[in-house]
Amino acid sequence: MTIQEIQEEVIGEFKIFDNWIDRYNYLIKLGKNLPSIDLKDKIEDNLIKGCQVKTWFFSIFKDGKVFYNIDSESMIIKGIITLLIKILSGQKPEDIKNVDLYFIDKIGLREHFSPTRANSLFKMVSLIKESANSFFRN
Amino acid sequence: MEEIKNIQKIPTFDVMKIRNDFPILGQKIYEKPLVYFDNGATTQKPQVVIDIINKLHSEYNSNVHRGIHFLSDQMTNMYEGARKKIQNYLNAQHDHEIIFTAGVTASINAVAYSFGEAFIKENDEIIVSEMEHHSNIVPWQIMAKRKGAKLRVIPINDNGELLLDEYKKLINSKTKIVAVMHVSNSLGTVNPVKEIVAIAHEKNVPVLIDGAQAIQHESIDVQDIDCDFYAFSGHKVYGPTGIGVLYGKERWLKEMPPYQSGGDMIDQVKFKQTTYADLPFKFEAGTPNYIGAIGLGVAFDYLESIGLENIRNYEKKLLDYGAKKLMEINGLKLYGTAKNKICIFSFLLNNIHSYDVGMALDRMGIAVRTGHHCTQPLWDYFKAEGSVRASLVFYNTTEEIDFLCETLKKLQKMFA
Repeated sequence: MTIQEIQEEVIGEFKIFDNWIDRYNYLIKLGKNLPSIDLKDKIEDNLIKGCQVKTWFFSIFKDGKVFYNIDSESMIIKGIITLLIKILSGQKPEDIKNVDLYFIDKIGLREHFSPTRANSLFKMVSLIKESANSFFRN
Repeated sequence: MEEIKNIQKIPTFDVMKIRNDFPILGQKIYEKPLVYFDNGATTQKPQVVIDIINKLHSEYNSNVHRGIHFLSDQMTNMYEGARKKIQNYLNAQHDHEIIFTAGVTASINAVAYSFGEAFIKENDEIIVSEMEHHSNIVPWQIMAKRKGAKLRVIPINDNGELLLDEYKKLINSKTKIVAVMHVSNSLGTVNPVKEIVAIAHEKNVPVLIDGAQAIQHESIDVQDIDCDFYAFSGHKVYGPTGIGVLYGKERWLKEMPPYQSGGDMIDQVKFKQTTYADLPFKFEAGTPNYIGAIGLGVAFDYLESIGLENIRNYEKKLLDYGAKKLMEINGLKLYGTAKNKICIFSFLLNNIHSYDVGMALDRMGIAVRTGHHCTQPLWDYFKAEGSVRASLVFYNTTEEIDFLCETLKKLQKMFA
């Protein structure tokens, strides 16, 4: 599936939630189901700096596609990470580097991506695009 | 100024009436009534403070100390009046011991730099505590590095109290200054500052008190505490942002060099040599935040109209009530159980990350702070990443505490 198709699917999943409690409940469930990354990968180099919540991020380039390994101590953030992985992991770098993640607004999660929230998501999106760009150039 | 004189002393403490003085408290957040429990970060402003700032800008504005004209003279009088008011509020001996700064961080940086330049040399020691806010650690660290001096740290116990016996052992002939907080921003502990000062003074060591979290809760008498420096921010005591105070004993301030330079702080400027103005102007380079200072003075008038004793008694009730209710929640761990503390509740809920609790509380209109609260060494002691902090003041209510507790119980189910 293309990035756009998966984004549309995610937007569809969230359509049934008309209040924040249901949305958060769903995100928490997703967060709990996302496997943690290996302890050996929870190193300083993979930590997203300057954030209130410890979040680890690294990406791998294999067979022309980018795969993301992300983990966080916050269940809400982890739930959102699950969505980002679902949409972007396994896609081609050229499709990721300038991606428009419009699903964030459509499902009412914009507040979590604000640069002032210091919760790692804003920086994570930059890292996702930067790493895709570097894989694309290489 | 009519507005200032019109603040009447209230006979009894009526929280609902007081809440009407703070327009922001009527707001709704995500369509829910705002429960503002982030007073440790900043306090809300009463209408009299909001009004005076507006009025000064629209009717009185003019730069201080330099105009020969009517408006400048009038503003200078009001600015110096605010200094006098703060002198009285803190019971400082002289009005020139009150220096206006941008806030507590600026005040501490000023002392760290200026006192350090004058009195600290290689191998000297500076004592801070394990519970300090980063603003009372980093300026000293930078100065210590510059001078080749060392930082020594007063440890704490599990209740979040300073270990005074350890503190006594730390003081020696190399100690040049002690810098501790009056009240812990993360835990609410009220430190025995008078005793801390007395211990240091036995060895002729001066003491700086970071009063950022004390000024809004405790009545402060700098002569009684006998501290050498006392620092606080205006915005944490119902005043405007961008204004703060550094109280310093005359004997130190006279000997300390300026930490910033420019207009208003000079006596004579010659290319060969410049001489500095007298206190307090030596430490107030450039145009000061005169409107902020006057606004802060009005905030103190407002507090006095309610009565510090009333405030203390009511906040003590909130503390006792809140501690009892929160401790009834299974799985809630409260940090900071000092015998003497103000109304700050620092906690973790089960194994839920503080960020998640904070985000979910926010959706219910409850504003709290989460994380390490700029006290990372303190949380290293507790082996935690930080906490959820609900910091309450006299406009908060027991009903709001009930709502917090009910919401926390719902969150436990949500994250279970």
